[in-house]
Amino acid sequence: MAVAKLILEDGTTTTGQLFGAPISVSGEVVFATGMVGYDMSMTDPSYAGQILVFTYPLIGNWGVPKEKYWESSKVHTKAIIVGDLTTAPNHWQMQQTLDAWARSQGVPILSGIDTRALAQKLRDHGVMLGKIVASHDLKFEDPNKRNLVAEVSVAKLQIHKPKNIKYKIGLLNCGSKRNILNSLLKRDAMVYEMPWDYDPFTNKLELDGLLISNGPGDPKMADKSIAIVKKSMEAKLPTFGVCLGNQLLALAAGGDTYKLKFGHRSQNQPTIEIGTNRCYITTQNHGFAVDEKKLPKGFKPWFTNANDGTNEGIKHEKLPFFTIQFHPEATPGPTDTLWLFDYFLERVRNG
Amino acid sequence: MDKKIKRVLLLGSGALQIGQAGEFDYSGSQAIKALKEENIEVILINPNIATIQTSENFATRVYFLPVDTHFVEEVIKKEKPDGILLSFGGQTALNCGLELENLGIFKKHKVKVLGTPTAAIETTEDRQKFADLLRSINLLTPQSHAVNSVKLALSVAQKFSYPVMIRSGYSLGGQDSGVVYSKEEVKVIASKALAKTSQILIEESVAGWKEIEYEVVRDKYDNCITVCNMENIDPMGIHTGESVVVAPSQTLNNYEYHKLRQIAIKVVRKLGIVGECNIQYALNPKPKNGKIEYRIIEVNARLSRSSALASKATGYPLAYVAAKLALGYGLTEIKNSVTRKTIACFEPALDYIVVKFPRWDLGKFVKSQPIIGSSMQSVGEVMAVGRNFEETIQKAARMLDMGSQGIIDEKIPKIDYKLPTPWRLFKITEELKRGTSVAKIAKETHIDAFFISKLKNIADFENVLSKGLGANIKKAKQLGFSDKRIAKLTNSQAEEITALRSKQNIHPYVKQIDTLAAEYPAETNYLYLTYNAEKDDVSTSQKPKAKSVIVLGSGPYRIGSSVEFDWCSVTCAQTAKDLGYSTIIINCNPETVSTDYDMADKLYFDELTAETVFEIYKKENPTGVIVSVGGQTPNNLSEELSQNGVKILGTSQKSIDSAEDRNKFSKLCDKLGIDQPKWAALKATEDAIRFAQKIGFPVLVRPSYVLSGVAFNIALDKNDLKTYLEMASQVSDKYPVVISKYIENAKEIEIDAVAQYGKILTYAISEHVENAGVHSGDATLVLPSQKVNEQTKKQIMAITQKIASNLAITGPFNIQFLAKENKVMVIECNLRASRSFPFVSKVTGVNFIKLATKTMLTSSQLPATNYQILDHVGVKAPQFSFTRIKGADPVLRVEMSSTGEVATFGKDVWEAFLKSQMAIGIKMPKKSVFASIGGDENKERFLETAKILARLGLKIYATSGTSAYLKKYGILTTTLFKIHENKKPTIIDYITSKKVDMVINIFDPYEAMHSGDGYKIRRATLDFGIPLLTNLQNTELFIESLSKKSLVDLKPMPWNSYINLS
Repeated sequence: MAVAKLILEDGTTTTGQLFGAPISVSGEVVFATGMVGYDMSMTDPSYAGQILVFTYPLIGNWGVPKEKYWESSKVHTKAIIVGDLTTAPNHWQMQQTLDAWARSQGVPILSGIDTRALAQKLRDHGVMLGKIVASHDLKFEDPNKRNLVAEVSVAKLQIHKPKNIKYKIGLLNCGSKRNILNSLLKRDAMVYEMPWDYDPFTNKLELDGLLISNGPGDPKMADKSIAIVKKSMEAKLPTFGVCLGNQLLALAAGGDTYKLKFGHRSQNQPTIEIGTNRCYITTQNHGFAVDEKKLPKGFKPWFTNANDGTNEGIKHEKLPFFTIQFHPEATPGPTDTLWLFDYFLERVRNG
Repeated sequence: MDKKIKRVLLLGSGALQIGQAGEFDYSGSQAIKALKEENIEVILINPNIATIQTSENFATRVYFLPVDTHFVEEVIKKEKPDGILLSFGGQTALNCGLELENLGIFKKHKVKVLGTPTAAIETTEDRQKFADLLRSINLLTPQSHAVNSVKLALSVAQKFSYPVMIRSGYSLGGQDSGVVYSKEEVKVIASKALAKTSQILIEESVAGWKEIEYEVVRDKYDNCITVCNMENIDPMGIHTGESVVVAPSQTLNNYEYHKLRQIAIKVVRKLGIVGECNIQYALNPKPKNGKIEYRIIEVNARLSRSSALASKATGYPLAYVAAKLALGYGLTEIKNSVTRKTIACFEPALDYIVVKFPRWDLGKFVKSQPIIGSSMQSVGEVMAVGRNFEETIQKAARMLDMGSQGIIDEKIPKIDYKLPTPWRLFKITEELKRGTSVAKIAKETHIDAFFISKLKNIADFENVLSKGLGANIKKAKQLGFSDKRIAKLTNSQAEEITALRSKQNIHPYVKQIDTLAAEYPAETNYLYLTYNAEKDDVSTSQKPKAKSVIVLGSGPYRIGSSVEFDWCSVTCAQTAKDLGYSTIIINCNPETVSTDYDMADKLYFDELTAETVFEIYKKENPTGVIVSVGGQTPNNLSEELSQNGVKILGTSQKSIDSAEDRNKFSKLCDKLGIDQPKWAALKATEDAIRFAQKIGFPVLVRPSYVLSGVAFNIALDKNDLKTYLEMASQVSDKYPVVISKYIENAKEIEIDAVAQYGKILTYAISEHVENAGVHSGDATLVLPSQKVNEQTKKQIMAITQKIASNLAITGPFNIQFLAKENKVMVIECNLRASRSFPFVSKVTGVNFIKLATKTMLTSSQLPATNYQILDHVGVKAPQFSFTRIKGADPVLRVEMSSTGEVATFGKDVWEAFLKSQMAIGIKMPKKSVFASIGGDENKERFLETAKILARLGLKIYATSGTSAYLKKYGILTTTLFKIHENKKPTIIDYITSKKVDMVINIFDPYEAMHSGDGYKIRRATLDFGIPLLTNLQNTELFIESLSKKSLVDLKPMPWNSYINLS
């Protein structure tokens, strides 16, 4: 059995069994507490540059399904770290094992690790850089210093048509999960899937609304996307931001963002709609957040995290600009906030 | 929150029975806690005296009364509560609540039903209404038809094609339900079920699909969460209470997990649940069209066994939260009591896996088969926590306390692995070790290949270890192997393996169950051990001089060890805390209050094995360990623990051994001049027969270390003895079999006492209603004793004092006596709390366990605690669950078979006794009684009772023999015929058409039991829900009481009106 080391930037070293691709990688080490959907998380572009630690110990139980069920066309995590990799999975949707998939995707899996202890360390110290040393040693590398959005976005404009077309929506793909696109298509929206720096206004796309997707890294690196969002608001186009989209819109409107100590990466975040008694269980995956103390003019907080009080979304008092920090498209996670797509399209319809 | 609610009535679940066990002590106790925090007065009705919820300092007032419409209304009249909670006392409370609602009693007395409205409950309980509701929101349930006759049942079954499922509404644990494969089976099951209910359901069968459950919570603002989902390893067709269950689900991907979650929420919203509810699904493992294929099986609109399990599995206090929601709180207004930083509106993230394993005692029932199915037959369960499946399932297998060292052990009986039996997973692992493929077994059993592959990892490693230990010790521990099992496989001694581990510093680590997978720091002390870790979560080192104590819990509930020992454990831990000790509880039973994380300073949800207790002991370094309050399981550990240098608190290990070891105890008795029935320990059959012939039959046959009479029997003659000896040697490889003289027509008396340094501080003498020969756990107890004369009492006290001083007892103990013609003999002595400790404590008002705990933790001599002569009587009656065990013969024997108990109070024995009988579900006969009395001696004794029956105006039906006998004495009866007499009308006709209100069937022990007419009469009586009396003394007291008291004489008085609760 091959073994490899996990080394954190504070010198912490631990050894596990190496599965998947037998290579060394470095990245930002983060942990996620969801119990299902490893296949979806790994293909979520928001995890670009990151080594993902799953706190749930048994990973790989249902193998990996067909590509159409992934959240993008490839694995974005640099590596994953698990307690106990399942090597003999069984599921009717399974095409291959997680081990085989990770190998073909060039992603190492470190198994047999006390992922709870690791999560506690990351929680107490904040996220850290780290590396998996399998074949050769390598340097620590901070992915947040790169423009990850540019790395994971689409290369050129793509148009997706549903059977019935009721709306035309621009999806600014900053690293979008597929289910955002699917959720729009399901609701009869024709989607212009745009690269992160694609300006629909100079390119004269006729849009009824703009959705700014999720994506990886520090929002401030995605300067071109911020500029596009600014234009969208100037045009008073209904604009909906999801996750990174929340942060990009806040920045575009004159607000600010900051890095959380260890982020929210889980499928059980209680999120209260401010001014109501309603609380939604949401999927989250973010390391940065909108600074509620520096909200842009005309905006008010819309949702708040019931556990730690961080901002979960903002809304313009008059204009159809609103954003959320969590993932209404779920995958993985609870589907409680799918209604936000309807809400968005309703605002689009009412113009 | 509704501020108008000042006083709430809470209905408990009554006696423990199969399908409704200790989990409702947990849910009721949490509800009381939640209500009392709001300064609400809680009035509790629950005749289960062994529960924690009926202890002092829980409810404001407790009524030990039957949970039925009559008594509940009486209490409502008296207490005038503002609200009532129906969902914390299982199906018993729910059914009673629905009946009261339909009778208009809540309306009449202006009592508000808190939480889920009764209309919603009714929808979930009525299968047709439920199916209609689901159809209205486009959700799928198995195709089904409600039918009200056997004829219709047959035609519907034909339409669906066999196999089909038969379900009966309003039932505990899926009684009278089952997958049926033929017309004949439909006839049998449908007629039985229709005898008890007017409507049954014939369903398409989804046998072989995955069975999945979700626990859902909803508040009045429509916030919904699913706290936990669970997956049954055993596929559909095996009742969820009979299934090995994992949490969270292991083989559902995100699509399936969240699709079912979404549906669960949709259902709960449509129903309008406020509080907690459980939803069960069948999920096709291989759907045809590439889309999820599911059926909703049922919804329980109340706290359930599954919700108790979910609470323990996640750390989320479901019952507590449900009670708060019933009061009108929103989920966001309640704190997460584990983290104390986050809120209750979230879904726990687990970073461990949980395995629940049911515990069966099928061997305790004559005639029952070891096959499990869609009816619940298990009597308890364990829950194991670990960080991989292999470790966790192996832990669970050991926790069952059936002698197995893991999920594979040569001790497991030889039985086909393909059959659904209590041993199926054990047998599958064995089969895998032999080389049978995962695919083959998956196909044969419909168990998901995922789980079988994990079992294969264990089987493969068994083969590795058999070739030598090598450097595999750590890996073996990570796969859940015990030191004993490793030793066995590597031909070494367990001590050597333990020493080797110590040398290599291989020890388990302590992890917290924190509900959020370490995302937020938690203050929880809810802990488990795992070898799949690199670091302890919590610091276990004690401050020097800090006093701390480990209290060992009872392990799984089973026949003979049940909620009474949970009461003892919790009371002990609380007392230790009051005495300034930091307390640590170890237990592995999810149905308990002792495993609530706020009952002790630390809770280790882990194995009660010497190996594990020792590991925790080393980590915690406590003042000592208390082994005497959790029943026989911890008591059995005392030897091994003290050999390892563990400090046992209270009575010394040497003394415990002197009482447990029959030879040593007998020598002691001889020395002290105490009489015992003649006995000998023998190994060879010939010696045993020779000895039995010498002392004369009948004789008792039993193994040394006894837990509620395993293979414990009365042998009437030589052949009997031969048969039993074979059984006994199977269960006892280490200890010889004991043959003792069985003394007929003797009274049985028990003393429960607490001593310190051999001085008795308090005691209670209870008397059995039934003569000796009925296991003490199945006997009806009366306190204070009514028919024990002063001379006998004096002898009992003298013997007890001699034993206490000689063994220098410090702590709780119990001695059982036989008394015949003023001669007293000792039959058993246990230097631990007995099952009657909660009973004697609550009847006398002196908490025996509190006192016992003080004796174990205080060095100075404590004063004796006396109570005044009681001017009330307490009666403890056993609850049987024979109805659930297919084919079991419902007779009282030396082998214990009751699953629970109740106790009630009265001014005299008649009042207390009748209340107790009603509390176990016996309805008083109004018109007629059927009597079948075997043997001349019995007939003669029955005569007085028969006269009373006649005087009461009850029509007496009897067998020809009994009729003829009674006629001689001028008692008129109507003769009914036995089946073999081939004459009409038959007894069975009268029973099945419910023409008799009660059946008295006293069998002649010398006639062939468990077969023939007697058995058929008893079984039919049971199956058709007619009260059955099979013991002569019990019958005498019943009929005597009936002649003295009517319903109005049974006063609804609270506990504190009988005793002074300080």
